[in-house]
Amino acid sequence: MTDRDVLIVGGGLLGASIAWGLARLGLRVAVLDEGDTAFRAARANFGLVWVQGKGLGKPEYSNWTQASAALWPRLSDELKRETGIDPGFSQPGGFSIRLTELELQRGIDAMNALQSQPNIARYPYEILNHRETKARLPAIGPTVAGSIYSPLDGHANPLRLYRAFHAALHRMGAAYLPEHHVERISHQGGAFTVEGPWGTMSAGRIVLAAGIGNTRLAPMVGLNVPLVPSRGQIIVTEKTVPFLHHPVGNIRQVDEGGVIIGESKEATMDHQRPRAPVTAVLADRAMRMFPIIGELNVVRIWAAFRIITPDGFPIYEQSRSCPGAFAVACHSGVTLAANHAFTIAGHIAQGEIPASLATFSSERFDVSAAA
Amino acid sequence: MFRRLPDHKGDLVTFTFDGTPLMASKGDTVAAALLAAGVTRFRTTPVSGADRGPYCMMGVCFECLVTIDGRGNRQACLTTIEEGMRVETQHGAATYPTGISA
Amino acid sequence: MSVHHVNTASDLQETYDLLVVGAGPAGLSAAAVAAECGLSVLLCDENGSPGGQIYRGITEASAATKARLGKDYAAGEAIITRFLATSACYAARASVWSIAPYEPEVGEASGLEVGVSLAGAARLIRVRRAILATGALERPFPIPGWTLPGIMTAGSAQIALKTAGLVPSGRTVIAGTGPLLYLLAAQLIGAGASVNAVVDTTPNGNRRRALAHSFDFARSAYGLKGARLLAQVHRYTRVIRNVMALEAAGDGRLSEVVVTYRGGTERLPADLLLLHQGIVPNLNLSLASGCASGWNDRQATFTPTIDEWCQTSVPDIAIAGDAGGIIGAEGSALHGALAGMAAAWRLGRLSEAERDKRAAPVRARLRMALRGRLFLDELFRPGDDFRIPTRPETIVCRCEEVTAGAIRATMPLGVRGPNQMKAYLRCGMGPCQGRLCGLTVTEIIAQERGVAPGEVGYYNVRTPIKPVALKELAALPQSDSAIKAVAGFVEKPVSASHPRTQE
Repeated sequence: MTDRDVLIVGGGLLGASIAWGLARLGLRVAVLDEGDTAFRAARANFGLVWVQGKGLGKPEYSNWTQASAALWPRLSDELKRETGIDPGFSQPGGFSIRLTELELQRGIDAMNALQSQPNIARYPYEILNHRETKARLPAIGPTVAGSIYSPLDGHANPLRLYRAFHAALHRMGAAYLPEHHVERISHQGGAFTVEGPWGTMSAGRIVLAAGIGNTRLAPMVGLNVPLVPSRGQIIVTEKTVPFLHHPVGNIRQVDEGGVIIGESKEATMDHQRPRAPVTAVLADRAMRMFPIIGELNVVRIWAAFRIITPDGFPIYEQSRSCPGAFAVACHSGVTLAANHAFTIAGHIAQGEIPASLATFSSERFDVSAAA
Repeated sequence: MFRRLPDHKGDLVTFTFDGTPLMASKGDTVAAALLAAGVTRFRTTPVSGADRGPYCMMGVCFECLVTIDGRGNRQACLTTIEEGMRVETQHGAATYPTGISA
Repeated sequence: MSVHHVNTASDLQETYDLLVVGAGPAGLSAAAVAAECGLSVLLCDENGSPGGQIYRGITEASAATKARLGKDYAAGEAIITRFLATSACYAARASVWSIAPYEPEVGEASGLEVGVSLAGAARLIRVRRAILATGALERPFPIPGWTLPGIMTAGSAQIALKTAGLVPSGRTVIAGTGPLLYLLAAQLIGAGASVNAVVDTTPNGNRRRALAHSFDFARSAYGLKGARLLAQVHRYTRVIRNVMALEAAGDGRLSEVVVTYRGGTERLPADLLLLHQGIVPNLNLSLASGCASGWNDRQATFTPTIDEWCQTSVPDIAIAGDAGGIIGAEGSALHGALAGMAAAWRLGRLSEAERDKRAAPVRARLRMALRGRLFLDELFRPGDDFRIPTRPETIVCRCEEVTAGAIRATMPLGVRGPNQMKAYLRCGMGPCQGRLCGLTVTEIIAQERGVAPGEVGYYNVRTPIKPVALKELAALPQSDSAIKAVAGFVEKPVSASHPRTQE
């Protein structure tokens, strides 16, 4: 007799979206989470539902991302209906603003390379010069070279999405167990037992969605989640009147009025304090894109760690040696939330990750596979 | 709500609040100048539109935000009044000095 | 000698031995002692003149104002005079928005990197050590209606009096508890204001607990002063005691104060309600700098963990005065002096023996100054009902308008602490950065969970701890590696065009 059908280790956006998906399929789930001050990449999510530019080197990832963007309206509606919490989703099309001709050219080259990959589902996008960009984003600065626009891009309010998932889980009677740090996982007689200072729990299936913690937990059930260090920094301003009605790759005006800025990637996880030169570059580039935001007061700057695999693409995998154990890892917790809630949860409920997603197995990182 | 003590000496400074000319005492903060002029509502909130006025007068509560010379979100209690200053009630979120259409 | 006034960000030196934040009694004393020992000192303060909140405006105060505010206020002059005679650098109207270990991209990490904003520009400077003397702020007083215009803190009325000669002119009610409450009432009455009522929310049980410390209190300076103030206030205004609940009402502004006390409920018409229930350390800079703190149940607040030399858990940072736990103006000045000596010792300007020799009489005076503090803490510890709102409509986070009811209703989602609550409800995310809701949110969660607030913890406080305009940050020095981290590649190396010029 097990305590639950499925245990989900990790209560961030990824764990919560899968748990919700499983619970709405009628499974009894429990989410084991850390306490108030864990790393919590979910609290630092930028909130983009973003398609353009993703999947160079793995067209399946572009298709996967497009599928989630297409499922998002349904996710938004269901969460709103169930919880009354609006995850703030809109899909007005998004811009990647390029400050110089060289940046613009690199962006164009990348999109060309991306879209000419075999097996990619091509999607519409536009290359816009300064004048064309200004016509759609009047607040851009005079030195902006141009932009790349895709109508598929959108955004959501990541914190309200996060709350909506947890509120929905609560309504459905799923167990959310904070301060349940998992120390050990064992597999015996077709069931998984997790252990921590708080005690033990067992279930027929287990989903590792513990972010950085997955690297430690995965080998306990015959899985492998290699991650590389990636630190991102975010600047948040005070609320201001609406001026930006589209998401931009690195700047977003959230529906509450504040502006969030962030596109830094440092290959380090040394600490979570902001680095002043990075802050300066973020602020400088954001102001060159939208000069008017220079007057805004900054109310928060912080850094968080991304969940990044060595090739940057997600991992979805079931253990061969411990069937019923799944590992999921990705850094686009908002973009992919709809896929996780509907598609991945469905596969886990079925007990099988289909061959179409085999490309996201961690086996691609095995030394033997690469040789 | 407040009155100036007769023994408080200071040169007079003129400024406007929502277009109305008012007098302050040199050295006043914008918040003190407005309180002395009988203003209690400094802004409405960006969340619900509720009326707010100064609360702490020492820069920690951010309730006394006003628009000064076109720039929003100025802490009235930390800003010294200056001759000719254009002070306005801040309605909701901060606006920009240059009007933008987006 | 006299202090060097720093008026613009570009006038700041690249480095100083010691940064002192805050020009109240603790900061002024710390800076003066350290400068007298030969350290290069930068004192940064948000206000236009030295004195902090307690001695606010004293350098410009008229004789009449000084007379009105009394001997304790005038005592600030000596502290300020001593500081102004040193060789320290003094930056008024400067805000320190970040303190972090200095970590150059090449070379060894040492000391601290400090973000300062002054006259519309930000600078990063380096210091070997820092003393945070950021003082205190008035404890949040979350009652229904407390966000209405016409409700201010008692401290704010005192600031208006000190700096602008303003006194309440309409119907005024003062409510709360704490030593400042009666002092302010007496000062306002003395200045000719009409105080219609003082609503004393001191819990009845406090008196009994405080009695254990009454012997010390009776021998302290507070004892006599307190008795005199009480008598004065009683003579001129009505005092309501045994208060169980307080509420402010009005449409768009305060019109009445609703007081429930043993024996009934009364609606007091009012134009101005001044709230006060003691002061708590101003924690944001110390928390954002990574200094450890713990729950102090007697003062019902978090206080930074400091040793007898004011040293925090962060190697180069000390905290002096009320910022390290409420000790009052006199105690703060002495505490600041100890911190200054400790800094001079750590930076090699004082031998350990000399430090101890100089500190001994200061410590003796500090003991005297703190006599009676326990009594005050116990007597004026605000009651649970006034710290931890039970009425669901009471706004807790004023910036994001998050109510006590919303916070309690979110607990069943498995919230363990204020950071998860912040992620769910945005409480603490507004411009005040949790200063007016942090303690309340922690205490509500603790009450709901049935654990001590220390177990619940406090908000992770982020820099900048004071708002800085984005354009100020944009003008800070960049580096090639930072450009690469953000843009993905470096088109125009910073190193080639040094020093970096504005485009």
